[in-house]
Parts: sequence; C-alpha cells; structure tokens
Amino acid sequence: MSVKTLPDLVPDSKIKLPKQAERTLSSGLTVIAIRRPAVPLVELRLRVPFGRAPLARATLLSQALFTGTATMSSIDIAAELQAVGGGLSAGLDPDRLLITGNSLAAGLDRMLEILAAVLTDPAYPAEEVGTERDRLVDHIQVAQSQPAHLARTALLKRMYGKHPYAVQTPEPEQVKGVRPGQLRTLHADRVRPEGAVLVLVGDINVEKAIDAAEKALGGWIGSGRDGTVPPTPALEPGPLLLVDRPASVQSSLRMALPAVPRTDPDYAALQLANMVFGGYFSSRWVENIREDKGYTYGPHTAIEHFVAGSSLIVAAEVATEVTGPALLETLYELGRIASLPPGEEELEQARRYALGTLRLGMSTQAGLAGLASIYASFGLRLNYLTEHSAALAAATREQVAEAAARYLAPARAVSVVLGDAEKVEGQLSALTSVERGVA
Amino acid sequence: MKIPATKYPVERFTLDNGLRVVLTPDRSAPVVGVAVVYDVGIRSEPEGRTGFAHLFEHLMFQGSENLEKLAHFRHVQGAGGSFNGSTHLDYTDYFEVLPAGALERALFLEADRMRGPRLTEENLRNQVDVVKEEIRVNVLNRPYGGFPWLKLPPVMFETFPNAHDGYGSFTDLESATVEDAQEFFAKYYASGNATLAVAGDFDVAATTKLIEAHFGDVPARPRPQLPDFAEAGLTAERRESYVDRLAPLPAVAAGYRVPDPIADFTGYLPYVVLAEVLTDGDASRLVERLVQRDRIVTSIGGYIGFMGDEYQVRNPTALLLQAHMPPGGDTGKVLRVVDEELDRLATGGLAPGELARTQARMATHLLRDTDAVLGRALPMAVLELQRGRPELLNELPRLVGEVTEAQVVAAAATLRPEGRATVEVVPGAHQ
Repeated sequence: MSVKTLPDLVPDSKIKLPKQAERTLSSGLTVIAIRRPAVPLVELRLRVPFGRAPLARATLLSQALFTGTATMSSIDIAAELQAVGGGLSAGLDPDRLLITGNSLAAGLDRMLEILAAVLTDPAYPAEEVGTERDRLVDHIQVAQSQPAHLARTALLKRMYGKHPYAVQTPEPEQVKGVRPGQLRTLHADRVRPEGAVLVLVGDINVEKAIDAAEKALGGWIGSGRDGTVPPTPALEPGPLLLVDRPASVQSSLRMALPAVPRTDPDYAALQLANMVFGGYFSSRWVENIREDKGYTYGPHTAIEHFVAGSSLIVAAEVATEVTGPALLETLYELGRIASLPPGEEELEQARRYALGTLRLGMSTQAGLAGLASIYASFGLRLNYLTEHSAALAAATREQVAEAAARYLAPARAVSVVLGDAEKVEGQLSALTSVERGVA
Repeated sequence: MKIPATKYPVERFTLDNGLRVVLTPDRSAPVVGVAVVYDVGIRSEPEGRTGFAHLFEHLMFQGSENLEKLAHFRHVQGAGGSFNGSTHLDYTDYFEVLPAGALERALFLEADRMRGPRLTEENLRNQVDVVKEEIRVNVLNRPYGGFPWLKLPPVMFETFPNAHDGYGSFTDLESATVEDAQEFFAKYYASGNATLAVAGDFDVAATTKLIEAHFGDVPARPRPQLPDFAEAGLTAERRESYVDRLAPLPAVAAGYRVPDPIADFTGYLPYVVLAEVLTDGDASRLVERLVQRDRIVTSIGGYIGFMGDEYQVRNPTALLLQAHMPPGGDTGKVLRVVDEELDRLATGGLAPGELARTQARMATHLLRDTDAVLGRALPMAVLELQRGRPELLNELPRLVGEVTEAQVVAAAATLRPEGRATVEVVPGAHQ
C-alpha cells in the first residue's frame, strides 16, 4: 500500500563546526586551516585587499598573475602544479584579489611553494602579458555582447554613481594600454600580505598546514596600501532606466533595493523577507511569474555584500512581449511583502530553507573554503554559521514584516530594463516613468 | 605522486518492481543526496517532438498522485533542501540534496511521481512557456547559444536520434499534447527503467526499509527495449558554418568519434585522458601551442560527450575540441595546427612526466566531485543504470592512472581530419 502523506522531518542535529586553527603571521597574513578529510584533497583560497586599485591594471594583473616568475615560465608553473594534482587561478572583485586552487592533499607543500614564488617573485614577461592582454580584450568584448553583463553594467552605474563600485569591468581600450611594467608596479604596491587571508581546507592536520603555510610564505612581506573604499551611497530611486538592445527576444529586468551587512541586527529578518518574496524557487515571485504565468525561466533575487555596502538584487529575463506584465507582477509582489506581514507557514518554510542551505553549504571542502574565505573578508569566522542560524531561528514574523517594509518597498527600488526599447517602452511607461539610457 | 582513491561503500539491491537501488553511506556531513535516473533522454524522443524529453522533465515537477502543483518544490525547500533535474542524451535525472533528517520526505516525493505525474493541459501550456524562455535565455538571446552541443551533432550525425536539436523547436514544443506526455511516461518511466541512489548520512538497514515502504508498490510496467543508436562514422571530413548574429568573435568546434564508452571502456578511457593531455591547463599541448605560442585562439577546451558527461554517455559519442578565436581568426589554420599537434603526439609520444601530471590533475577533479553527496548519488545512479557498476566511481582515479602512454598515443593517431566534423561560428555582431 502506498504512502499517501508527507513524512515528518527528523529534527536537525546542532551545527557542528569542523576542527580548525588560525594564526596571523608577522607579515600580517592570517592563515586559517580547517579539517575535512572526506576526500584526500586540499582547497586553497587567498584573498588580498585590492580596493580602489586601478581597474584595467588590476583586472589584467589577475589574468596574468601566473605568467611567470624569475625561475619559472607560465608552462612550468602549470606543469609543476599539475604534478601534484594542483591548479591555481586568480580573479578580482571590487574589494579583493582572489586566488583559488586545490591539489591532492599530499601536494599542499608544493602548491604553497609555487604560490609563494608567484607572490614574491613575479616576472610579468612582456610576451605572456601581451597574450593575456589580448585574451582579456576579446573576453570583455564577448561579455559586452551578453545581455546579463550589459544589464548588470547599467544597473551598477545607476546604483553607485561616482562610487568606485559603479564600474567593475574595464573597457577594452583601457586594457590595451596596460604595460607589463605597470603590472609589476601594481603587484609590488598591492599584492601584499597585510590584511590578506589564506584559507586551507581538506584532508590536513590543521596545525601542520599552518606551519607549512608559514614556512612557504615567510618571505612574502611588506605593507599594503590603504585600499579602504568609502561607504556606498544610498540608492536614489528614479525613473526606470531603459537600455535599448534592438531585436532582443527577451528583456533583462533588474532592480536594486537597499540591504544591510551580515552582522546587522536586521539581517536575518531581511534575509527571510527576501526568501518569502523572491529569494528561492518556492517564493511568491517565482511561483507567480514562472509557475503561474510562464513569463520567465530563472528569476532570482540575492543579497550582495561588498565590504563598503550591501544591496538586494532582483533579476529576471522575461519574454519581450510580457515585459510590462512581468514588471507589474514584480512591483505587486514587492508591494505585498512590504505592506502585509507574511503568513506563518510561508515564513516557516523560508526559515527551514535558509537554515538547511547553511548546512548544505558547509558539507564539502570547497563549500567550507568558500564560506570561510568570504566570511574572513568581512572580519567573520566560521562560527558565524552558528550565530546566524540562531538569528534565523529567532526572527519573528513582526521583525520580518518590519524588515520587508524597510528594505523591500518598491518605492525604494532602482530599476533597469535592457531590451528591445521600441517594443517594450510603451508597456513599461504604462506602469512607471521611463528614461532611455545607454549600456 | 601516488594517486589516491575513495572507498565509498556501495550497497545494491533490486525491488520486485524492477527498481534498482544503490546506497552509499558516508557520515562525514549531516546531509543526504537522493537521485532518481530514468533510462530515457534526448535520443529517444520521437520525430516531430524535438525537445520533448526535456519538456517532460519539467512536467515531472508539476504535481503527482498525492501532490498538488508547487508541492514538490515547497516540500523539498521547506525541508531545507534543494532540487533539480536535467535531461541528457541518454538519461534524465531528478535529484535532491537535503539535511539528513529529510531523507524519508525525499523518498516519498520521488516515489509519488514515479507512480504518476499530474499531466494536465494547463501545466503543459505553462511549462511550454517556461521552456521557451529557457531556450531564449540559453540559446536565442545570447552569443554562442547552443554552441557546440546543439550545433555540432547535425554536422556529425545522420540519424534523427543523434543529430536533432535536443532543446527542441518552438513548433514541436507547442505541438506537444497531454496524450504525448501520457504515452512517454507509460513507455519510459517504468520503475524497471529507473535507478535510485542515496548518498550521505543515513543508516543502510533503516533506509532499505524506507525505500521498500515508499517504492515497493510502484506498479511494475514492461521495460522498453534499449534502442541501438549506432551509426557509421565519417569517411570524409565535414565542415559547416553558421552566422551567429550576436557573436562578436569567431569560434570553432570539432568532433571525432571515439570507441563505445560502455562496450569498450578500456578502449575508450585513453580518449578521456587524451582530451586532458591536449587541453587541461597552460601546460597542455593545444593550449601551449595555440593560445600561448601561435596566439591563434584565445581559449581551447577538450572533452568527451556533447554535455561533458564522459562517464555517463552511451555510443555513439565524440571527443570535442572547442576554441574561441581573436578577431579575423582563421578556422582552417586552427585545424591545421591541431592536426600538426596530433601528428606530433602520435609520432613523437609524450614528454617525461606529461602523462603522470595530467593523471594527477584528473584524479583531483574526480575526487573533488565526489565530496558532494550529489557528486556520488548522481553518477552512481547513472553508472548503475548504464553499466550495473556504481562502484566504478571509486575506481575511476586508479583506472585513469593506469592508462599508458602507448594507449594515449594510439588514441591520438586515430583523430584524423577525414573522420572529423567541424562547425564554425561566423560572428554576425557589429556588422
């Protein structure tokens, strides 16, 4: 006989943090090691403060970081890393240079040695830098043909105005002008251990891993430059910005709303309000515009944290012909969550999802490494998982309603639509004032 | 460096209705992954119904015997979990990852839709709209959409199952009926045509009982005969191109047929290693030559299986090379240099250490994937379905490590221009 009723959940055990250790070296580099021996690997994350670094140079530096040292070519670096099952790569956000890697656990010492050579003795050979520069220019050109990239570019400009976060991708012409010598200077100036955090997670002895990092990176010294980014300006709501993309078969709808950092007393309630609104599949907005109306495939919202400020981003790609109706439903759902308290059951569902997601996120080496590294960027440690779980569990319906009213009100939104302006301007103008802009 | 291995335990059994079950417990984190895989994919959809296997995957989330529309999503997420499904050439998977205490709920949800989804006109129309938006976002509204997984098969293959567009034409999607869906379910979604895998923090004996309680009464139906999709390989090179109106730069993809991944796994595996020797990282053959030295491509990747699922695909399949080029890039030149490098490998062999370092990096990638519960549940469910060998997941790092230089060299020697299918993207933007 078949089971007809939904089985109960077995209550979760208390969150158990893995074994970890931390040491700040005399250079100012903080090393955090976390043990998860499930697979014989180690994950590495290094975040170096890079706020207010010149964008074109910093972006190319992140692409060219592994092009060579005094003794190793880019091919040597890649081959030596591969030999221990390893790989390293670099990326950039408006606050940090991020180095990501992993290797077989037995290869940790070697991976750290190679990392140290790249950090302390980079060559930026002209030939290889030239190759990476051309690749980056092409890559940016391709990005500029992607609707998601164009919509984000327009939204960031609208949100941040003259603030450094307003532009996060350089123009191809700016990159073309960068010389290897400028990368060497920027590296000497900014790729410094002070304020940097190295996270190692995996099948390791945590104290020995920190010893290995101290030994390998002992020669990486020197103070960084003050890269403090000024606080982000408050969002300035205004007319919806319509960016033309002729013949686009979808419109990219983006909204930014105010948000608070992870440590703010409102944060757990805001996170839950966002969940109920649009922050997961079983939210009002996704059920409405996807599962009821079929306007879109993957609508999503997320709270984005940068060091100098947080914001809540709403994003959907909707069919051109329903661009106005999709905006209507979005404004309706934002207005509803901001004006009326959530239901008990939908709040509990969102709460369980938020709590479960924290557990799932820390269930792999890569997940733990990502969380520990991101948290450390904001001065937090893994115990934030426990504290935040408690805050999510404690947030009341009233607090969630208050947070929704304060942060999710549609009147506070900065809105951008990228699409075929000729076809969508009329639809949008019926709902809100619209101004034309360029990407 | 010695290549390590995992030792995830594997328990297998089959229910009376034919459902094959794999249990792989590991208590290192308090989470579970549940995967149900059906032996039907893009290659089995009928002519005139391109995209139907994927559309049907969407319909499996629209309610079932005891569950209203939206209930599946709410019950998984309301338990703290995440869900998804995906449609491949040879199979369709459905999966959840959840806190361990929600395991029985996931089993209930999967069993309920295995008994029968709620196939209604309203849900079908809604999901046709959603799938059209999915195709717009991933293919029609972006540069390089569907490149190369939708663009290369029609160049490479002759028969409908292998050559057609697996996302589907809008005409075919709009023509789909509830009756089509009922027939598709009746034919392919039999319990005997499926596998269930559970990975993570659970007790084997208790979970075996739960699986029997939830899935035991799913009615048995005849299992469809596994079709043979084999077709002859190319005897002369094929090369086609198309204009992508959104692409700013040229790109090219080339495919070469490889041995049967299931019937001739020993002959197939060297090709998997070869793809990495050619393209994994700055020290690989083609990246070093084409990106760094000649600077005629900006990136190049190599892999097997049109969806990158080299251990989860049946015959026929291909080794793919995919490259993006700078402005004015010359496809002919890129292909000539690829041929040169393959010849150099076939005649000159590998450099000292080249194979070992490639194998070490492949081991890291394999092991890393298995750290996630779904990285074990999903591949084990497919390995059980296609090979009856879920434990192969534990063995792959070692087997990859045992591939010899002679095998890789011999594999490279078979990648000849006359057996190659190529599709070129002509940039149509900014013109």
